[in-house]
Amino acid sequence: MITLKQSLSYSTKFQSLIALFVLCLVLAVLSENFLTTANAWNVLRQVSVNICLSVGMTLVVLTAGIDLSVGSILALCGAITASLLKFGVELEVLNLFIGFGSSSAIIVGIMIGAGIGWFNGWTITKFKVPPFVATLAMLTIARGLTMLWTDGFPINGLGEEFAFIGTGWLLGIPMPVWITAVVVALAVVLTRKTKFGRHIYAIGGNERAARLSGVNIKRVKTSVYAIAGALAAVGGIIVTSRLDSAQPNAGISYELDAIAAVVIGGTSLSGGKGSIMGAVLGGIIIGVLNNGLVLLNVSPFWQQVVKGLVILIAVIIDKANSRD
Amino acid sequence: MSKEVSVLEIREITKKFPGVVALNKVSFKIEAGKATVIIGENGAGKSTLMKILSGVHTDYSGGIYFNGEKVCFQNTTDAEKRGISIIHQELNLIQNLSIYENIFLGRELENAFGLMDVPKMKSETRKLLAGLKLDLDPAMPIYKLKVGQQQMIEIAKALSFNCKVIIMDEPTSAISDKEVKILFEVIEKLKAEGKAVIYISHKLDELFEIAENYVVLRDGEFIEDGKIKDIDEEQLINKMVGRQIDISGRTENYCSEEKLFEVSKLYLKNSMLPESFILKDIDFQLKKGEVLGIFGLMGAGRTELMETIFGLNSEHRQGKIFLNDIPLDLSSPEKARNAGLALVPENRKQDGLVLGMDIKRNTSLSVLDSISLRGFLSRNKEENLANSYIKKLKIKASSSAQKVEKLSGGNQQKVVLSKWLATNPKVLMLDEPTRGIDVNAKHEIYKLIKEFAAKGLGIIMVSSELPEILAVSDRVLVMAEGKITANFKITNQTSEDMILKAAIPKNKQHDYA
Repeated sequence: MITLKQSLSYSTKFQSLIALFVLCLVLAVLSENFLTTANAWNVLRQVSVNICLSVGMTLVVLTAGIDLSVGSILALCGAITASLLKFGVELEVLNLFIGFGSSSAIIVGIMIGAGIGWFNGWTITKFKVPPFVATLAMLTIARGLTMLWTDGFPINGLGEEFAFIGTGWLLGIPMPVWITAVVVALAVVLTRKTKFGRHIYAIGGNERAARLSGVNIKRVKTSVYAIAGALAAVGGIIVTSRLDSAQPNAGISYELDAIAAVVIGGTSLSGGKGSIMGAVLGGIIIGVLNNGLVLLNVSPFWQQVVKGLVILIAVIIDKANSRD
Repeated sequence: MSKEVSVLEIREITKKFPGVVALNKVSFKIEAGKATVIIGENGAGKSTLMKILSGVHTDYSGGIYFNGEKVCFQNTTDAEKRGISIIHQELNLIQNLSIYENIFLGRELENAFGLMDVPKMKSETRKLLAGLKLDLDPAMPIYKLKVGQQQMIEIAKALSFNCKVIIMDEPTSAISDKEVKILFEVIEKLKAEGKAVIYISHKLDELFEIAENYVVLRDGEFIEDGKIKDIDEEQLINKMVGRQIDISGRTENYCSEEKLFEVSKLYLKNSMLPESFILKDIDFQLKKGEVLGIFGLMGAGRTELMETIFGLNSEHRQGKIFLNDIPLDLSSPEKARNAGLALVPENRKQDGLVLGMDIKRNTSLSVLDSISLRGFLSRNKEENLANSYIKKLKIKASSSAQKVEKLSGGNQQKVVLSKWLATNPKVLMLDEPTRGIDVNAKHEIYKLIKEFAAKGLGIIMVSSELPEILAVSDRVLVMAEGKITANFKITNQTSEDMILKAAIPKNKQHDYA
């Protein structure tokens, strides 16, 4: 027998799933174009970049941190990957030219993302800079570096092979959805099944107790920011490939969408509580909402208002539930 | 006999915390124009009583009568308005604000335009400072002051309310001898003005210098009051000890002759005050199977000693620590754990547990490697580990998936113990292992401590409960002001008085050997 209390606690566990289900039901009734396969893939492809960033953001937020720099890292790594692919690297001193294929350019791009994230973690753990400030600084730094790298112009024409990442289909599923699915699956295993994941939750739950239990706080925190940076680079590569162009102003305010997805998914900004799947659902809810409002011809200005209200309602429900 | 005017009367005050009766029907009177000291061991209920008098705790039974009229303070501001102010043990100043801003915080003076009247606040502050012989600019921010000066500002703030009753809770623990002298002059002046001073201190020699009356509390009970001139230090100590804790006599001794652990010339610098030390010249040894008690009053440095051994504060530490004669690198708790040390901290909610996690995740937190299979955590292994300790330590819980925040204090403490036993430590340090837990759980913890000792662990137990020290430990180190002041082997002849005597800080050095 399931008691009322148990069923209530189940309903809070699955509240974002229920909300998504209700949302889809309403939109299906209101618009005949909503519930089609083409539209479903469309929504998933649109949210894949945000979910990529949200996965990294969830790890950071679980340690009671925040990462505001992911949008800028996305742009910088997209631009670097694109330029490596198109122009290669010329080392004049050595009279050497290094050309890059798609995979080597992508690997370098992701490593640079991880490196910038590691730097965030280093300033946060070594110099005790609050995560908000450290990553706010990096938001500006990485955006500026992107402008310097590109001279403010887009880098276009990156070739068929590279374009496959953002626009291709594999086994009837868009490539960005594949990539994000793999990222999500790895992150779920990481958080649920590894020592590292457990340490993330322990640090967010009670940092002092975690330290006294022998958890290496600095190492875990630094790694978390490095992962967030690497995933931002992955997002940057998807965006660049899809547009066949690295835009210097790509990814502006993406960090806020990622935080929104994390929060709607029930992860607490004070750390220690939440899940990867929560952020995934949060990202999909935002995507479905945007898509539905477009299909219903609602003004884009109203879309922003609605998104904000959804964030507020999600957090208010969460708080009310955790008070029992 | 002079005319005795009682300004404050406490009638049958009872205050309960979950699981503990902090004060039980305490009644006494405070006279105007006199200083009354309240004495008692740690946990006797002094601070709780002061918090009730100053409006911090509002849920208690019994009554406070101020000038014969019953008063119920809603908060500290209320108490200050009615005429009772308190100087807290902890510093409650806002570091970035200036002296005058702190003193007038929440009751800023305003001029006719509704703006703050800064010149007037500054001049009032200057007057207050002059009364305490402090030559400081009222606009100076607090963080630039030394700790002792900050304490004096707290005192200035308490005086500024112009109250009839002033409570001083350990006011001299952070200030220099010169400042103590000034404080005593101020107390004399307050008394001359007909004000009542309530004074709490562990430094008994101070009390004889300034106080007229005394009140002894023990275990939340009123024991006795009287005139200081009718009693001596020996008699006072006798009245403080003798707490009734139901411990059934001395237990077996598993202490071997084999040296296990040694701390040599350990110093801990005070990062706030240069050239001063929180721990000084700590030297001791621990044998296999020995239970070493550490006793000290508030501020003696007991917890700091445990934390320093366990790898916290390593940048301010000097000295060597050996396990089986091998020097240890204890620069972080991680290294201390790997070396075979374990620390059950004093404050289990703040330092011991991740409250939002369940029992099994808390238990496995320091031994995640041992429940891993090829890099992945094994749920089965984790559950088996947690269940084995739930059984071994008789933890009362619905399952290993129960969140620890839902457990009682005693069961929470057992989860912390489980976590550390799972690491198979060689030295187990317990900081106040029975604080805030019920009698039955206490007995179970004592039994467990003896079981661990029987298995050859070295155990260090910090406690502020003397009967507990006498019943459980084989030897006791007494600490006062960061130093070890005595080292007793515990026998049936060891008395509480001897230990407490060594724990009371002295201005002069005595030899207790």
